[in-house]
Amino acid sequence: MRSATIRSAAFWTALVTFAATSGSALAQKKYDTGATDTEIKVGHIVPYSGPASAYGIIGKTEEAYFKMINENGGINGRKINFVSYDDAYSPPKAVEQVRKLVESDEVLVVFNPLGTPSNTAIQKYLNSRKVPQLFVASGATKWNDPKNFPWTMGWQPSYQSEARIYAKFLMKEKPNAKIAIMYQNDDFGKDYLKGLKDGLGAKTSMIIAEESYETSEPTIDNHIVKLKATGADVFISITTPKFAAQAIKKIAEIGWQPMQIVSNVSASVGSVMKPAGFENSQGILSAAYAKDGADPQWDNDPGMKKFLAFLEKYYPEANKLDGSVVYGYGVAQTMVKVLQMCGDDLTRANVMKQAANLKDFAPDTLLPDITINTSPTDYAPIEQLQMMRFKGEKWDLFGDIISGELSN
Amino acid sequence: MELFTNQVLAGIATGAIYACMALAVVMIYQAIDHLNFAQGEMAMFSTFISWQMMQWGVPYWGAFVLTLALSFAGGIAIERLLFKPLAKAPILTNVAGFIALFAIVNSVAGLIWDFTIKQYPTPFGSSPFLGSQLISTHQAGMIGVTVLLLILLFLFFQYTRMGLAMRAAASLPESARLVGINTSWMIALGWGMASAIGAIAGMLIAPVVFLEPNMMGGVLIYGFAAAVLGGLSSPLGAVVGGFLVGVFENLAGTYIPGVGNELKLPIALALIITVLVVKPAGLLGRPIVKRV
Amino acid sequence: MSAAEEVVTEAPAVEAVPKRAMTLGLGTSLVVLAALVIAPIFVKNFIVFQMTQLLYLGLAVLALNILTGGSGQFSLGQSAFYAIGAYTSAILMEHVGMNYALTLPIAAVICFAFGFLFGQPALRLSGVYLALATFALATAMPQILKLGFFEHWTGGVQGLVVTKPDAPFDLPIGQDKWLYYFTLVITIGIYIGSVNLLRSRSGRAFMAIRDNEIAASAMGINVALYKTLAFGVSAAITGVAGGLGAIAVQFVAPDSFTITLAIQLFLGMVVGGVGWLPGSIVGSAFIIFVPNIAEGISKGLSGAVFGVLLFLVIFLVPHGARQVAMIAQQMLGKLRK
Repeated sequence: MRSATIRSAAFWTALVTFAATSGSALAQKKYDTGATDTEIKVGHIVPYSGPASAYGIIGKTEEAYFKMINENGGINGRKINFVSYDDAYSPPKAVEQVRKLVESDEVLVVFNPLGTPSNTAIQKYLNSRKVPQLFVASGATKWNDPKNFPWTMGWQPSYQSEARIYAKFLMKEKPNAKIAIMYQNDDFGKDYLKGLKDGLGAKTSMIIAEESYETSEPTIDNHIVKLKATGADVFISITTPKFAAQAIKKIAEIGWQPMQIVSNVSASVGSVMKPAGFENSQGILSAAYAKDGADPQWDNDPGMKKFLAFLEKYYPEANKLDGSVVYGYGVAQTMVKVLQMCGDDLTRANVMKQAANLKDFAPDTLLPDITINTSPTDYAPIEQLQMMRFKGEKWDLFGDIISGELSN
Repeated sequence: MELFTNQVLAGIATGAIYACMALAVVMIYQAIDHLNFAQGEMAMFSTFISWQMMQWGVPYWGAFVLTLALSFAGGIAIERLLFKPLAKAPILTNVAGFIALFAIVNSVAGLIWDFTIKQYPTPFGSSPFLGSQLISTHQAGMIGVTVLLLILLFLFFQYTRMGLAMRAAASLPESARLVGINTSWMIALGWGMASAIGAIAGMLIAPVVFLEPNMMGGVLIYGFAAAVLGGLSSPLGAVVGGFLVGVFENLAGTYIPGVGNELKLPIALALIITVLVVKPAGLLGRPIVKRV
Repeated sequence: MSAAEEVVTEAPAVEAVPKRAMTLGLGTSLVVLAALVIAPIFVKNFIVFQMTQLLYLGLAVLALNILTGGSGQFSLGQSAFYAIGAYTSAILMEHVGMNYALTLPIAAVICFAFGFLFGQPALRLSGVYLALATFALATAMPQILKLGFFEHWTGGVQGLVVTKPDAPFDLPIGQDKWLYYFTLVITIGIYIGSVNLLRSRSGRAFMAIRDNEIAASAMGINVALYKTLAFGVSAAITGVAGGLGAIAVQFVAPDSFTITLAIQLFLGMVVGGVGWLPGSIVGSAFIIFVPNIAEGISKGLSGAVFGVLLFLVIFLVPHGARQVAMIAQQMLGKLRK
């Protein structure tokens, strides 16, 4: 009897074990179009030409980063095939290139597509095709909408959350301020403005002047002149680098001395503060989530050391003072992390699942104590920022890490 | 009232930029009877060359003069190599050529010098001019140089044989050839001069707008508009046109409620079109009489 | 010495295209038509999408050909009419729920009106002045579209997402293919209409105006009427192209309709052969595919490569595809002998 029991126990154990392992053996390797045993195809669009071609650097940085990963063994033994196209910042072109990526090149995911208009154009298509639109390069708030667009996820802190941080700061530090705002007349500027107004809530009366400008204007000097005449003592600059620099310079030239807040997009030392003149930039406030390549305080930071070593070997002609380079590195590192987490299940659904499952992930280039967190109801990977003040030739971080989370 | 004065002054300051560019536009128009879309990009490229020289240690005025010479030569070279073969082609094909040149110059500049903005020095300094905080010494210098260029151009076209020959070659090429003018080289000369003037414009504008490959895009539109407003046959008109456009644009932006700020450029252009409908040759241009 | 500058009207800026060369021969037309009808069956949906782009951008180039090649009026402002057409379709489809096919005639009518109205002040302008005026229109359009005033309808800077139509009667072909054939039918219709227009009395009036406006007026042609009519018709066709574009891309935003589009259409016209209607599709192919080719050659210098390729084309065939067709015709003629 005993041997029979043992034999049947052994049989049942074997059966169960077999079932269990064959279950996971069946779950061993799963692929969607774009992934195979040897490669993962990652699609990408960014303006390499046209008026926004300055952002093309992001694509080049990411390409170099993936090359580095490939040379160090790839992701779980697979090489990344990075297919990047130019959309010239034109939505119809973006649609064409993304359709090419999905239908002709057959990529697994569309990674870090840039620009709010381009991304709005491709969002519905990608979601209906169930292709991940991952780590969108735009700070618009609408990429955090897992209920309606489960395949779309942002990366950087949204413009509105950054603006709210400034609003909170002003209400606390300068409750009687007279605020003048200059904003770029596009989705970036308008989104920010909304965030500022929402953040000020009942105290939007603090805003005494709003000036918009177009990117086609050669110089925004006359807007500054107009704003000074309003007698404001706080100036908020919702601008891209060129115009931010022009504003800083003009403000100094006409002898206006408001408290200046500049958006994170234009807080780059190399692209803005230096051309505008360090002496003109003293005391300017902003907020950051990533380390600045120009800042010597990070010289011994292990993350930055890795970043600089990467640049030296794989992208030596890069300008490390350019915020786009730091950005490209950080977001590429996040993508690699997600793909690693997928293991051998490289289906698009699993990629999204892992992307929505990042816990306290810290890319090399983010500020200390700022981490990436996502969940199935929270598609905003980075939500924290720290305020900083420009002093001497660099930014001085101060205060706590603030979460710009929107409590909708 | 103070706001008005401020805006007028600021408008004059910006207008100096447009006036500079407009002079280059008029120059090329005098030579070839057409507007060269690539003018702005060529000016930008010249400015980058001067910047690069200064990076290598050449002092400002040395770089300035060298760049002028190089731009002059470059303009002639481009005309001889790229546009002389197109001389017999229809005009629209030539315009396509200008557009192609624009694309090439812009792209190459972006590759060589990338798109981060660069500071560009000014020989005039940046302190307030005559105590006014609205116009800096640089902007005053810009206006001065523009006026000087204008006078030089005027003297050239009115009182030198070469200038006269160029005007003849542009307006009546057949007759000009009959009196022995080498019209082909007149065109090349015109390109060279326009290129040099464009370089001056670029080097004056860069300190204000910051140097980067896309810096001239917006300026060129205004330059065209100013030149057309003033009359394409009149350098003085170009300069006056530039200042008028700058001032009008600012006033429209300040005083037209609601849309004034967002529609500054369209309103300025609408003004110009209105002027053209009334005075088809521009404010100071000579009326063109067409005969069958 | 008169203060006025006298100009003898020399060769017109836009040269005449002999009437016989206006269209392809019947044989060639049928071959091209067959290719356009059959090709989508064999290619991927993405290529079908690109072919649809080819068609509606070709329509826009055709419209410019009528305006510039037909009536001699230089326009850099077609992107404005394209935008109006696109937004009309988008707004009617998304805010009013109208059927996509019905939006197109409405877009045509609205654009005709705008074109006709714009043609009025344009009457006094010609050559470089008209170019500037149309340029002004093209640069103004994106900014008008962004105006807060219209935001409720246009979606402001964010634009409008457009729903793609399904094939009717539950036909078993995909959305892309259906849209392609729909566009093809419209394109052929407009093409035939345009050819007839240019062969008709109005067409002859256009060309008379193009060749020598003063003489035409002396001959009794109502120059003002025909010039504005040309603008209107051209705008209407461009509007239809815009509407089709909006449906195909499924999105409209101010950034989609900048001066870059107007310049591209202009280049398409030159490459195809000014005034040669069949060339419109060659021009459209150039502006869609050559930038992609340039990007393939060099991402960093894609603009420069594009410029170089454009130069090559205009050096080799300054008169565009029409010149290629004429050369081919001559060679065929020699072969036949």
